[in-house]
Amino acid sequence: MNLGAIDPVLLIASLMVAATPIILAAIGELVVEKSGVLNLGVEGMMITGAICGFAVAVESGSPVLGFALAALGGAAMALIFGLLTQYLLSNQVATGLALTLFGLGVSAMVGQAYRGIKPPATTRIDMGPLSDIPVLGRILFNHDWMVYFALALVACVWAFLKFTRGGLILRAVGESHDAAHALGYRVVPIRLLAIAFGGACAGLGGAYISLIRVPQWTDGMTAGAGWIALAIVVFASWRAGRVLLGAYLFGGITVLQLNLQAAGLPVPVEVLSMSPYLITIAVLVVMSARQRGAAGSAPAMLGRIFHASS
Amino acid sequence: MNETAPLLRIEGLTKAYPGVVANSDVGFDLHAGKVHALLGENGAGKSTLVKMIYGLVRPDSGTMSLRGTPYAPVNPNAARAAGVAMVFQHFSLFDALDVAENISLGMDNPPPRRTLSARIREVSEAYGLPLDPTRRVGELSAGERQRIEIIRCLLQDPKLLIMDEPTSVLTPQEVDILFRTLRQLSAEGTAILYISHKLEEIRALCDGATVLRLGKVVANCTPAEKSASELAELMVGQTLHAPSREGTEVGDTVLTVKGLSMAAPHAFGTSLKDITLDLRAGEVLGIGGVAGNGQDELLAALSGEAPTARDAVTLNGAPIGHLGPNARRALGLLSAPEERLGHAAAPDMSLTENAMLTASQRKHLAHRGFLNWAAARRFAQTVIERFDVRTPGPGHAARSLSGGNLQKFVIGREILQDPGVLVVNQPTWGVDASAAAAIRQALLDLAAKGAAVIVISQDLDELMEVSDRFCAMNEGRLSPARPAEGLSVEEIGLMLGGAHDMEVAHVAH
Repeated sequence: MNLGAIDPVLLIASLMVAATPIILAAIGELVVEKSGVLNLGVEGMMITGAICGFAVAVESGSPVLGFALAALGGAAMALIFGLLTQYLLSNQVATGLALTLFGLGVSAMVGQAYRGIKPPATTRIDMGPLSDIPVLGRILFNHDWMVYFALALVACVWAFLKFTRGGLILRAVGESHDAAHALGYRVVPIRLLAIAFGGACAGLGGAYISLIRVPQWTDGMTAGAGWIALAIVVFASWRAGRVLLGAYLFGGITVLQLNLQAAGLPVPVEVLSMSPYLITIAVLVVMSARQRGAAGSAPAMLGRIFHASS
Repeated sequence: MNETAPLLRIEGLTKAYPGVVANSDVGFDLHAGKVHALLGENGAGKSTLVKMIYGLVRPDSGTMSLRGTPYAPVNPNAARAAGVAMVFQHFSLFDALDVAENISLGMDNPPPRRTLSARIREVSEAYGLPLDPTRRVGELSAGERQRIEIIRCLLQDPKLLIMDEPTSVLTPQEVDILFRTLRQLSAEGTAILYISHKLEEIRALCDGATVLRLGKVVANCTPAEKSASELAELMVGQTLHAPSREGTEVGDTVLTVKGLSMAAPHAFGTSLKDITLDLRAGEVLGIGGVAGNGQDELLAALSGEAPTARDAVTLNGAPIGHLGPNARRALGLLSAPEERLGHAAAPDMSLTENAMLTASQRKHLAHRGFLNWAAARRFAQTVIERFDVRTPGPGHAARSLSGGNLQKFVIGREILQDPGVLVVNQPTWGVDASAAAAIRQALLDLAAKGAAVIVISQDLDELMEVSDRFCAMNEGRLSPARPAEGLSVEEIGLMLGGAHDMEVAHVAH
């Protein structure tokens, strides 16, 4: 065992990378759930985004184009869900689960041709002298642009929900669709927009895994990240800031356990591999249990079918 | 504006839904500065009519004109832009948002939050409806919630204000305040369309009335010139009988509640605080109070849904506080909760299945764990016949029945199980006048046969009609019971905890 080989600075720096896909997927799902829709298909939308982004980046040689198409792919998957649940009034839980299975299958099929290929590298942002600051420079200012994009997105969603009229309407629709309808807000289009946004975010998260974090294509490579994103939204009590916290926790433990595995810690590898999932859930459960009535912060219409009765 | 030209003229408005004509050739005029009542039983088409005026529903045919120009709102925003505002019967409010956010959502071009909060304070004080813009709506009383809706309308300076059954959840004092506000508004030139089936209110407030029955206008009248029973007959189309009661012997105490306290079951619930009551065989105890003051929680504690301390509830001397609903049913304590769909009945199950759900023990509809469906169907059929439930048969889903019919079924199902004690919450809520009279009569008949009945209701007229003794619930506390006979409306209002310091605001006028 050689714990000395673990470099804390490198650890924290790679934590930010490991957390980014979760942040993206979770912040998208947060918006969806705030509008009162429960989309359990995050995993399926992520993996769809992963293969879309990978394929497009490989064919075109442009990672930026890959990410753009990944967002589109995720949004398209989400809109299938939206069509089924919002217009055809299907059950959201069952439809979301089906979306996950569908996404895993489709991505495996499309991905056949892309096994064992290396995608074009995503450029790092040159932060100039900032990157040269000792310790902090390596932790904060030495990443690819998606890391900062994800952080900016969290800040934007937080501000949108808290300060803008659009955010207020979105929350209102999630709080009582009947009341919102009675006041003349168009519940279904608003929800479709939220669903599409959630899909696009999940797609970006997936592409981040296949283009940057791994980077190559293997079947089912999101490995439950979508489910963790879903859990983080719930235990973060639907707050953008806590989503960030949960994602970093998960990312941090993922990176740490990989390092511990490499260092040869005398614990079964399986236990180490499951630890990020277990610890993240445990910590978030304790946090949401400590502030009583956390369940009360769930959008009141979450998962409920809206049918305009006029 | 010309005094004689109507503000809103409605002509030949017709709207049909599959299988039912909600409005057929409806027409009347509304004048600025007048309060006009729209009267009718449930299902008479009042709600559909106002939804058409407010742009939520498009009429099949007919025209409306506002100030002489054609008026056909495509959505509520268009209606609001034309100066039409509406206060809904079921409040269109968002519990988790605060007052200012709720008001802002109902406006088309809301000012920035700070200006809006100042405007809310200003308008609420001008009309004697104090309201704090930063409070969360989920914490407010029904009266305060209604103030939000009214102020939301007033901020848009409406020409026509539609109010859909505004007083059904208010205390008498709150009703007084509302009426003062409405009179002030009409004196300022606003036309008010007032929907209610409380006839005395309409006689006191309204300048004119249109009576709807089965979607058609059956009368136009001046309410002050008619008696309440004449108006009721216009609405129902037949003569109504007030429930009658024979003097019954009050027997021994059957149900005792002593020092019952219970924490609120959820964030917007009410905790019960030290509730004590005695109930004797053959009497009806009425429990009044504004919604959300612990009535639902009290029913849950009595029915066994929320078990309490063993000795807090005793039935015929035996402690039953720790028992669940089925054990209590076996002992003769039955209940019918307020919410028909989802609490008192399972909406998607048939009437037979719903009968099985509560009556399987007392009517022996199950044998060694196997269900006797034939007996359940017979029992459901009996309920349907005895309580005049209008449905094609016991095989139909509970959801397919109208509110009044389902309520008759739910109450009938419990009464026919021969309860020793029956607890009902809002037995006639949303039920039309003739069905309500039938339900009250059934409750009185049950008491006359020696059962003890607790009626929890917000309808004070109903409580005065059926109760032997009356007590009030306020913020989870129950007042001592008083004989119902000779109790005045003012005394009841004070028992209910009244108007939440709203009087103060009116002193300024």
